[in-house]
Amino acid sequence: MKKFNRKHLLDIETLSREEIETILDTAVPFKKLFTQSVKKAKFLLGKTVVNIFYEPSTRTRTSFEIAEKRLSADVVNISVSTSSVQKGESLLDTIRTLQAMKADIVVMRHSCPGAPHLIAKRLNVSVINAGDGTHEHPTQALLDMFTIKEKLGRIEGVTVALIGDITFSRVARSNIWGLKKLNANVRVIGPSTLIPKDIEKMGVEVYTSLEKGLEGVDVVNILRIQRERQQQKLFPTIREYNRLFGIDENTLKDRGILVMHPGPMNRGIEISDYIADSPQAVICEQVTNGVAIRMAVLYLIAGEGDLNELSLED
Amino acid sequence: MELIIKNGRVVDPYTKKDEVLDIYIKDGIIKKIGKNLDIKCEKEFNAKNMIVTPGLIDIHTHLREPGYESKERISTGTKSAACGGFTAVVCMPNTNPPIDNQAAVKLIHYIAENEGFVKVYPVAAVTKGLAGEELTEFGDLYRVGVVGFSDDGNPIKNSEIMRRALEYAKMFDLPIMDHCEDIQLSNDGTINEGYYSTIKGLKGIPTVSESVIVARDILLTKYTQSKIHLLHITTKDSVELIKIAKEEKVKVTSEVCPHHFALSDKDIPGYDTNYKVNPPLRSEEDRKALIAGLKDGTIDVIASDHAPHTIFEKEKEFNYAPFGIIGLETVVPLTFMHLIEPGHLSIMEAISKLTINPAKILNIKRNNITEGEVADITVINPNLELIYKKELIASKSINSPFINKKLKAFPVLTIVQGKIIMEREKDGTPLIKK
Repeated sequence: MKKFNRKHLLDIETLSREEIETILDTAVPFKKLFTQSVKKAKFLLGKTVVNIFYEPSTRTRTSFEIAEKRLSADVVNISVSTSSVQKGESLLDTIRTLQAMKADIVVMRHSCPGAPHLIAKRLNVSVINAGDGTHEHPTQALLDMFTIKEKLGRIEGVTVALIGDITFSRVARSNIWGLKKLNANVRVIGPSTLIPKDIEKMGVEVYTSLEKGLEGVDVVNILRIQRERQQQKLFPTIREYNRLFGIDENTLKDRGILVMHPGPMNRGIEISDYIADSPQAVICEQVTNGVAIRMAVLYLIAGEGDLNELSLED
Repeated sequence: MELIIKNGRVVDPYTKKDEVLDIYIKDGIIKKIGKNLDIKCEKEFNAKNMIVTPGLIDIHTHLREPGYESKERISTGTKSAACGGFTAVVCMPNTNPPIDNQAAVKLIHYIAENEGFVKVYPVAAVTKGLAGEELTEFGDLYRVGVVGFSDDGNPIKNSEIMRRALEYAKMFDLPIMDHCEDIQLSNDGTINEGYYSTIKGLKGIPTVSESVIVARDILLTKYTQSKIHLLHITTKDSVELIKIAKEEKVKVTSEVCPHHFALSDKDIPGYDTNYKVNPPLRSEEDRKALIAGLKDGTIDVIASDHAPHTIFEKEKEFNYAPFGIIGLETVVPLTFMHLIEPGHLSIMEAISKLTINPAKILNIKRNNITEGEVADITVINPNLELIYKKELIASKSINSPFINKKLKAFPVLTIVQGKIIMEREKDGTPLIKK
């Protein structure tokens, strides 16, 4: 029996610890499937999944698409530019149209926080949030937690530092909720202009010094810095950002710290080549785990059949 | 027609009356006031355990006509006012085209006289096209009866324009009514900046975006020795600044909207756009400061900032939905529930902020409850509890965060110039008569 009773995955904030653990556990056999000669299961056979992306994305969209196809779903991809949407059809009407075509699941990325929540509230399709503006990116946090658990054997008691642009990061918010629910220690490190007001009320420690912030951490999750933030005058120059918050072999002396990055990386800005390509970096494994996590989420939300039907060979 | 209101508790801030009296109205005039009047009438309204007040005035309403008739019209907006117990509303000029010239003011008067249910006082724009650049013809506009000047919706960014507007308005003894907001500081924010904007990933509007302009406006008003009315104040800092200014005898007045003293940012469920309003719902600390400001007299007026929007405009991504909440029909219940019942304000104090105070600020003569006066009267049943269903709403729009909430203390009778315009049925349905 599936221990998951949700129609949507909208955010990590409203998931319970048990639900998060169920997703992480479910991803394990799916990851094992990737080493088989036929990397396919039939849990979504006959289901139609629409990946609708209102923001450009390569890795998340591809990861979802691969996950859906490995579960035998029929997959449709739609890319819409946000600017055309604002002038044209409303979001509700667009999704209503997909619903009328009997789509079962809508995987949506949108630049507006709460856009997937609006769909879930007003329409009948299952909605998976693939990133809503600066709000949440739940599957990213789940794959990050999966990776930590896989590498360190546990999440409880682990100290994780999220580094960089916290204000505009949906990855940060989802990670904070998830890690706190699993009793990890979470700190955020970044320039004071990129740390949102009252974030300490989420139960995190705030550091504006990289050196102090890195003391005693087990994992660093380095966030992508957008050049746009510099244009918004939130920090003076990319160069200075790199000097103050860039992770390289000098700032990260401890070779035991696990290095993660949700990608895509700006090499030479938030992360150096040396660190990105070092054995302590698990960035490519995160990508692999992302497919397994998304399969787990899709399966738990809409899959038919028992996980034991997967015949996995060691 | 004639009418007698029996046994109501008359609370009249103009005459300071507060006692149980009967009021006999004939031919539009209050003919007699007294205890247990022995007058037989075709229409008798039993106001036992109810509050009878001079007709309420809303100093801040958006009637949307001309230009945005899908949201509201002068007819539907004044109907909504009557249901909310208002016998007069002050309408803001951010229509399309804006009310920035004599012809536009005359249009409002014309439509209001022909289609309106309550008295409408137009406010004209401070600057042509609400663009913040050139002053409108204050003198001409004064001559056709505007009661103030405001670029509401758009703050006046340029401090030099603001200074000249204040100076020029002095000639006509009319206030500038400013929407205090530094747009750069608001930075495309959609809710109050704080914990809730952080966890929702919504851009925040910091309290200082309002308070710095409140400070600027107070200093400019003091310097020009003019007068200003500050619209929809929401922050603790603003209240403190206004308090200091009043102590220094600066001619500053201000208003607070019921949604700002009834709700705070913690109350916004998810991304419900019916809670999206500018200025935004602030923190609990700010909310309490507003109540304290109303209590100690720093805040003069309770105003609806009735801002109707259609369903399709509001049913959008939070970032894309327009700011605004309808308010005319919920001012009285929210005032009773959040200010009077908890003991922050007496009924007399609260009613003052809905009658005599706005009238004084705008130099308008409104009728009090005295023999010989024209009868503009509101009767409120403080014990009437209703689920505020959208079917009860008279406004053309239903963008209210209070929909389906239980509210208490509703106006049950609105009399304009001696005529019953609204009478509420037992089940709460307001009946509009004309």
